[in-house]
Amino acid sequence: MAEHGLIEQSAIELEGVVKEYLSHGEVVQAVKGVTLDIAEGEFFSLLGPSGCGKTTTMRMIAGFEEPSEGVVRLHGQDVTNVPPNRRDVNMVFQSYALFPHMSVWDNVAFGLKQKKTPQEEIRRRVGEMLEIVDLTGREKRRPRELSGGQQQRVALARALVNRPRALLLDEPLGALDLKLRQAMQLELKRIQREVGITFVYVTHDQSEALTMSDRIAVMNDGLVEQLAGPREIYERPASTFVAGFIGTSNLLSGTATGGVLEAGGGRVLVPGHDGEVSVTIRPEKISLSADEPAGDLSALPGTVAEVVYLGTYTSYAVTLADGAEITVFQQNAHDAATTAERGDSVWLSWQARHSYVMESR
Amino acid sequence: MRRLTPYLLALPSWMWLAIFLVVPLAAMASVSLQTGNVIDGFVMTFSVSNYGDAIGGYSTQLVRSLLYGGCATVAMLLIGYPVAYWIAFRGGSRKSVYLFLLLLPFFVSFVLRTISWGFLLADDGILFGTLKSWGLLPAGFHVLATAFAVVAGLTYNWLPFMILPIYVALERVDPRVVEAAQDLYATRGAAFRKVVLPLSLPGVFAGVLMTFVPATADPINAQVLGGTGNTMIGNIIQTEYLVNNDYPTASALSFTLMAVLLVGIFVYARVLGTENVLEAAAR
Repeated sequence: MAEHGLIEQSAIELEGVVKEYLSHGEVVQAVKGVTLDIAEGEFFSLLGPSGCGKTTTMRMIAGFEEPSEGVVRLHGQDVTNVPPNRRDVNMVFQSYALFPHMSVWDNVAFGLKQKKTPQEEIRRRVGEMLEIVDLTGREKRRPRELSGGQQQRVALARALVNRPRALLLDEPLGALDLKLRQAMQLELKRIQREVGITFVYVTHDQSEALTMSDRIAVMNDGLVEQLAGPREIYERPASTFVAGFIGTSNLLSGTATGGVLEAGGGRVLVPGHDGEVSVTIRPEKISLSADEPAGDLSALPGTVAEVVYLGTYTSYAVTLADGAEITVFQQNAHDAATTAERGDSVWLSWQARHSYVMESR
Repeated sequence: MRRLTPYLLALPSWMWLAIFLVVPLAAMASVSLQTGNVIDGFVMTFSVSNYGDAIGGYSTQLVRSLLYGGCATVAMLLIGYPVAYWIAFRGGSRKSVYLFLLLLPFFVSFVLRTISWGFLLADDGILFGTLKSWGLLPAGFHVLATAFAVVAGLTYNWLPFMILPIYVALERVDPRVVEAAQDLYATRGAAFRKVVLPLSLPGVFAGVLMTFVPATADPINAQVLGGTGNTMIGNIIQTEYLVNNDYPTASALSFTLMAVLLVGIFVYARVLGTENVLEAAAR
C-alpha cells in the first residue's frame, strides 16, 4: 500500500535520535542520528548488517532504550521518556520470548489481562487471534511443545491481539528454516494487509526486506544510508555500501573522460560523468556474447572462469583483462541464446542505463 | 558385555548408596527397636514403645526444632531471594565475584563460624559490650541464649544454600521474557509477579529443601548460641547417643525426625505443585 507519496499521518517519527553506550569506560554511539517518518499502515523495514544500530533503533521505538538525544513520536505524541508498558506498540522478539510457564492461551491473553479487558472480550479476541494464526486446538500447549513456526505464530498472536497501533518485529523469522521462512514472509504480509497495522521490521536479510517492505531504511554504522522503496534500493543504490549489501553487484571504478570509463580492456558508458567514478552493475543486466557486440553499449572482453548452474539461471564468473571478476546471471530460458563454457573468451555488454554511477568520495 | 556396561558404570554409585545409606539406616532401624543398656548389651525386642517414649518425652524439642527451622527458612527466603535477584540481574560482569564472596565463609569450619557469632553476640562482647558502655543499650540486654540467637545463627549458616539455587533459577530467566511482559503493558511489579517469580519457583523449592532440613536437624547453633532453654531435637539425639548411650531412643528420635521431615517435604511439594515445579525446571 502506502507508496511514499501517500503519507497522511505518521505512525512513528524519529527525529535526530542518538543512542550512546558506555562500554569499558568509553562512549560508543550505537545510533548516530536517525530521522525516520513511518506512515500509518506501512510495512517498513530497517535493514543492515549486525551492529548497524537497527535493533537499538527499534528498541527505542518500543521504549526499552531511552535515546541519548532526539525525539520519538508515536502518532504525533512525544513518547521519548514513556516506559514500554505505556506505549501503544507491541513487539515480536527475535527468539519469541514466549512465557515458558504459560499455555499458548495464557501467552496470547497476557496483554489483554494486563489492560484489564473484560473476561468475555478476552475470550473472544484470543480465540479469534488464534484462528488467524492457525493455532486453534493448541491453546493448552506450552511453548516448548510447539514447533519453531508455531512458536513464531504465538509470538505474533500475543502482540497482535492487543490491536497495537504499530507492530515491531525484531528478526522474527531468523530462527526458522528457509522453506518456513519464505512461507511466513507471505503469511506476515497477508496478516499485515488483513489487520492494517503499521509493521516495523528489523532484518539483516535483504531478500526478506525486498519481498515484504513498502519502504526500507538501509542502515550502516548507526546511520541510515538510504531510505526508499525496494525497487529503488535495488536498482539505484545510494552508496557503494547499499550496492554491496543488497543483492549481488559488480563494482568497476576508474577515471571517466567524456562519459566513458576505460576499464578492463573495454569501455563502460557513464554518460554525463567525468573524473573518478565507481559503477555498479547488477549481474542479471549483463549479456554474454561470443563476439564484440555492436551498438551503443558498455562492452568488456573477458574469460569465463566459473559456470554455476542454478536451475532458473546460470551464474558466470568472468575475469577481465585487468584481473577484476564480474558476475553475470543468465536466465535459463527455453531459447537461451548463450551458453558459455569455462575458459571461453566472451564479451560482456549492457545498456548505459543499467550502469549505476557514483562519483567517488 | 555391551549391554551390561551402563550397569557396571553405575555400580560404584549403587555400592556407595548401599554401604553408606542403606546399611546404616537398616542398622539404625534395628537398634531403634531394641532394648537394653550399654553395659549389658542391647537385645532385639521389637519394642515399638521406644518411639512412643521418644516422641512423648521430647515433643517440646521436636516442635521447637520445626518452629526454629521454619522461621530460619522463612528468614533465609526473605533475605536470600533479593540477594539472588540482585546478583542474577544486576551483577553484570562481577557475578562470579559475588558468588565467591557468598561462599567465602565456607572456608572456615561450621562450628568455628558459629562460635565466632557467640563471641560477637556475647553479653559483654565486642558489639553489645561497647554499646552498653556507651549507654546505648540497657545493662541487662542480651541476645545470646535466646530463640532469636538460634534462629539468626541457623539463618546465617545456611543462607548460601538458599541463595545459590534461587540464583541459578533466576539466571536462567531470559531478560527478553521480562521485556516482553513490560511490552505487553505489565508494570515492573506485575512483570515480576507474573513472569520472574513463577519462573524462579523451582529454585525457591530447591533452596527451601536444602535449608529447612539441615536447619531443623542442626544441634550446633542451639548448643553454641541457644543456652539451656532452646535445645533442639538435634541436641537431644546427640546427648542420647554420646552422653546417655541410649542408642535405641536416639535411633527412634532420628527416625521420627526423618519421618516428620519427609512428610513435611511431601506436603510442601504437593501444595506448591511438584509437576509445575519440575516442569518449569525441565524447560
